[in-house]
Amino acid sequence: MKTAIAELDLERATSLRQALALMKSEARTPLAGTTDLYVELNFGTLKPRRFLDIWALNELRTISMHGDTLVIGALATFTALIRSPLVQARLPMLVEAAGLVGGIQIQNRGTLGGNIANASPAGDSLPVLAAVDAMLVLRSADAERRIPFTEFYTGYRKSVMRPDELLVAVEVPPVEGAQYFRKVGTRAALAISKIVMAGVKGAVPRIAFGSVAPTVVRVRHTEQALAGGTHIEDVVRILEQEIAPIDDIRSSAAYRRRVAGNLLRRFWSS
Amino acid sequence: MNFVLNGVSTDVAAHPMTRLLDVLREECGLTGTKEGCGEGECGACTVLVNGEPVCSCIVPVVQVTGAEVLTIEGLGGTHPLQELFMSEVGAQCGICTPGMILTALTLSEAPTLDEVKTALAGNLCRCTGYSAIYRAVMKWRGTGHA
Amino acid sequence: MSAVGNSVPRKDGIGKATGAARYADDIVLPGMLHGRTIRSTIPRGRVRSITLDFDTTGFTIVDYHDVPDRNVVDLIAQDQPFLVEKEIRHMAEPILLLAHEDKETLNAARVTIEYDEDTPLFDPEQSTQFFKTITIAKGDAAAALSRADIIVEGTYRTGHQEHIYIEPNGVIAELEEGGVTIHGSVQCPFYVIKAVRCLLGPSRPVRVIQTETGGGFGGKEEYPSMLAGHAAMLALKSGRPVKMIYDRTEDMVATTKRHPSIVTHRTGLTRDGRLVAMDVEVLMDGGAYVTLSPVVLSRGCIHAAGPYRCDNISIRGRVVFTNTPPNGAFRGFGAPQTEFAVEVHMDRIAETLGMDPVSLRRINALRPGDTTATGQTLRADSSAHQVLEEAVRRTDFTRKRTEYLGSNRAIGLALFYHGAGFTGAGEKNLKSTARLVLTPTGVRIAVGSTEIGQGTRTMHAQIVTDALGIPYEDVEVAQPDTARVADSGPTVASRTCMVVGKILEECALEMRDTLGGLAPKEYYARHGSITVERMYQPPDWIQWNDDTYEGDAYATYGWGCDVAELEVDPDTFEVRPVKLTAVQEFGRPIHPALARGQIEGGTVQGLGYALLERVVMKHGAMANAQLTNYTIPTTLDTPEIDVVMLSNPYPGGPFGAKGLGELPMDGPAPAVVNALRHLKFDVREIPATPELLAAAPTLA
Repeated sequence: MKTAIAELDLERATSLRQALALMKSEARTPLAGTTDLYVELNFGTLKPRRFLDIWALNELRTISMHGDTLVIGALATFTALIRSPLVQARLPMLVEAAGLVGGIQIQNRGTLGGNIANASPAGDSLPVLAAVDAMLVLRSADAERRIPFTEFYTGYRKSVMRPDELLVAVEVPPVEGAQYFRKVGTRAALAISKIVMAGVKGAVPRIAFGSVAPTVVRVRHTEQALAGGTHIEDVVRILEQEIAPIDDIRSSAAYRRRVAGNLLRRFWSS
Repeated sequence: MNFVLNGVSTDVAAHPMTRLLDVLREECGLTGTKEGCGEGECGACTVLVNGEPVCSCIVPVVQVTGAEVLTIEGLGGTHPLQELFMSEVGAQCGICTPGMILTALTLSEAPTLDEVKTALAGNLCRCTGYSAIYRAVMKWRGTGHA
Repeated sequence: MSAVGNSVPRKDGIGKATGAARYADDIVLPGMLHGRTIRSTIPRGRVRSITLDFDTTGFTIVDYHDVPDRNVVDLIAQDQPFLVEKEIRHMAEPILLLAHEDKETLNAARVTIEYDEDTPLFDPEQSTQFFKTITIAKGDAAAALSRADIIVEGTYRTGHQEHIYIEPNGVIAELEEGGVTIHGSVQCPFYVIKAVRCLLGPSRPVRVIQTETGGGFGGKEEYPSMLAGHAAMLALKSGRPVKMIYDRTEDMVATTKRHPSIVTHRTGLTRDGRLVAMDVEVLMDGGAYVTLSPVVLSRGCIHAAGPYRCDNISIRGRVVFTNTPPNGAFRGFGAPQTEFAVEVHMDRIAETLGMDPVSLRRINALRPGDTTATGQTLRADSSAHQVLEEAVRRTDFTRKRTEYLGSNRAIGLALFYHGAGFTGAGEKNLKSTARLVLTPTGVRIAVGSTEIGQGTRTMHAQIVTDALGIPYEDVEVAQPDTARVADSGPTVASRTCMVVGKILEECALEMRDTLGGLAPKEYYARHGSITVERMYQPPDWIQWNDDTYEGDAYATYGWGCDVAELEVDPDTFEVRPVKLTAVQEFGRPIHPALARGQIEGGTVQGLGYALLERVVMKHGAMANAQLTNYTIPTTLDTPEIDVVMLSNPYPGGPFGAKGLGELPMDGPAPAVVNALRHLKFDVREIPATPELLAAAPTLA
């Protein structure tokens, strides 16, 4: 049953400072590109009733370099990521991931910050951020803190973010080594991922998977085994222990497990 | 709330979180924008906001405040792409057609067939199998044949 | 220049491309309420109590007590109620109707229903309640099997398929002249009028007007009768117009789908590949009510032996009850299921014989003079060999079949046919009529056949133009309105061109005689309007026995051969169709561009059926009832479709035309699965998802 719009309360933020002040004084759920939120309104599954619209905060849209670090504003849309020369040069696998999020209508609205904050284990950009050891910048009216992306989620759709905090930026340190990204969706476009993998083939390989556990996962045992020269078939067995896929309406645990192994082999042999 | 709708400054009184789609159809009376799924998946409700296609079923009207919104009605009836969608049978039942045309309008000057396919991936059509849509679009401004 | 055979401007005008075309949801009537359906949340049981947990001020509430006359959706059987009285047979069965002028207030209304639950039956193989059984017997299949050199057996499964017309079901009911007028997205206005009359009783006039319709594919054949009845009851009780538009999820959960099937073949052959015996068992899941299941089964069984010659055939079919939402009409109407089975089986036979799939089909494909499973002797307008040879030649099939071996690319084909028009005596019994009216500016076509995207208006106008010998611009087409048009029968079964077009051609020829050489305008000016109305006369040679299922099942058939080329990702088992070649013979195209659109669109719908479209049923309800999770092909899932239209005119059709709408749906799924077989995946089921391929046995 659709959520009645008349029941909803919305404030619009005009500056980050004002937004943070509001969030300190009252509980409001931030909204931006609303690509997930309106789906939940349509199905009546959305719990919050009070929202803060941060879509107009252009200060959160910038994509820039701070020294060696690529800093992506939380409100950068997938289209902005695709078009950004900086992201294209530094993190091509994020460009690839962004291009596989929905159609261009969704890419024009969906934001990197929203993808993170929505905390779906199927979020297409999340394995990329996990594999490159991105840092998340969380800000409240009183303080700012940096959390490694890999420590952000605490469980299915749960994170360390406090109700008064906003995710303002994503910091990506330099990435050394070839980048590998593969999304396996339910079809060629407009697909929710059944399994998604990002990898960096540096001195020590870094690998993350989405849609195979309650949160995106960095598979560190797998990485260590690969780095230690373990035979790939043995590494695949380690990977299978490290992920916990399930059967759902989109795919099966058996398929996800098998394909995860295949993607790992492909990554390692490529 | 005020925005520029098909070139005309327009005030609307809806709740700020009302779907842009509902404001266009019900408050503004522009029913050329269609609802196919209500979840941003089919693209039938596509409109252009500041020249970029979005699904109006998942956009709160407040977020187009100050923006330029173009719906199918804003094209009048004489755009060559409108004629081509009919003559090339890119429109069969027609329900996806307004959204499809609006998305196609944002294509670059001389798109390749692959670029057309990528651009239109967010607009579902169940009648045509898309081929006739490519023919219409490629005849309009494409390079080579669909 | 003749209109027929040329892609003349369409009678739709420009409205679909400007947003001016009016679909059901675009219409607003003064004082209109919005309607909503409260549905069962259990698959089987009885209603114990209903509690309205909302302020009922301003609401109109309807339950079965409000049914004016008969609480049955009048179709083949009269088993399905408009509203549940006590017994619930499936999830999402309508129980209560609400209407209110404010949509949000309407949506916010909560109703609690308590049930006494019974154990549901979901497995069609376990069902002992048959809606219909069919037996087709030709020769002696059992005896021939016992003498065969080789026997090949197999079981093939197809899943539900959801129509996904992009415009969901929707109607508006308003009171008019003591009765009810329905405006709606419908394929068959005269089905709706029949059902609503039965609901409202003889004293209330009913009128049905088709609005612009955003796709149908069979999904708006029978279900709109239910929806129109609901809106009519709300309108009667409230005294105001009532609009009911389903949202996507409701449309997917509650309305009909393609019947899932299980088909088992046991086939006897000579060592050199001649079919000597075909034993086929067809099982279809009908869901909880009869709807159109008997006729779906009928068409499925008649096509179950494929386009092949065999002297000994036994086909036994049954469509059964389960506690799931009723399945119904969907483009192809039973044939896609059974032709999938037989075509995949044929490739397995070829494999068993060590023969290539083309040679096996060359030996066995039907030719003029051969008899079908029902004993119908085929006439000259039969083209199995022509479509096969053209498809093989055009795709360089034989070379690619060898060349692709060992790669991740493959090629497969399917040969198929589709009977045009109603089965057997169906057209004779239907007594369809068409009407042509002389107007001050030309003529007006007045038939109940609906434009649902396929080009009805244009194609009918072309036929009348040439038969009457007047300019195309002088022919107009009336909006289907039961008060103003003739009942030309339902817009289904690939009959709108071949059957209704034929009656219109005859109307036009009769009018041409009457005009006596005068232009319509001149005649009108001198003598006033005339109306010509004629009834369909099927070819006089058609003999059909509905008890034994023997005889001329269809007046003619369309023929097709599809070739699928595809690649499978070795890591993910994702299938990427590379090219689909569709060679089809359907008499003669009236409007080549529209005909091509039917083939391209039907082919892609068939590709979705083959690879992507999986209805996940959980506890008797569709669990993935969103366009996000029930995935139809996007542009990027759709390969190049190479369409070849062969000509072989049918003398009984207008200008030689046969039916076309359904034929393209039959071929893609078996062609794709046969290509997967070429890649050594032993798949016998669709949709052939990556999950299925990953688990499939590998062929040697």
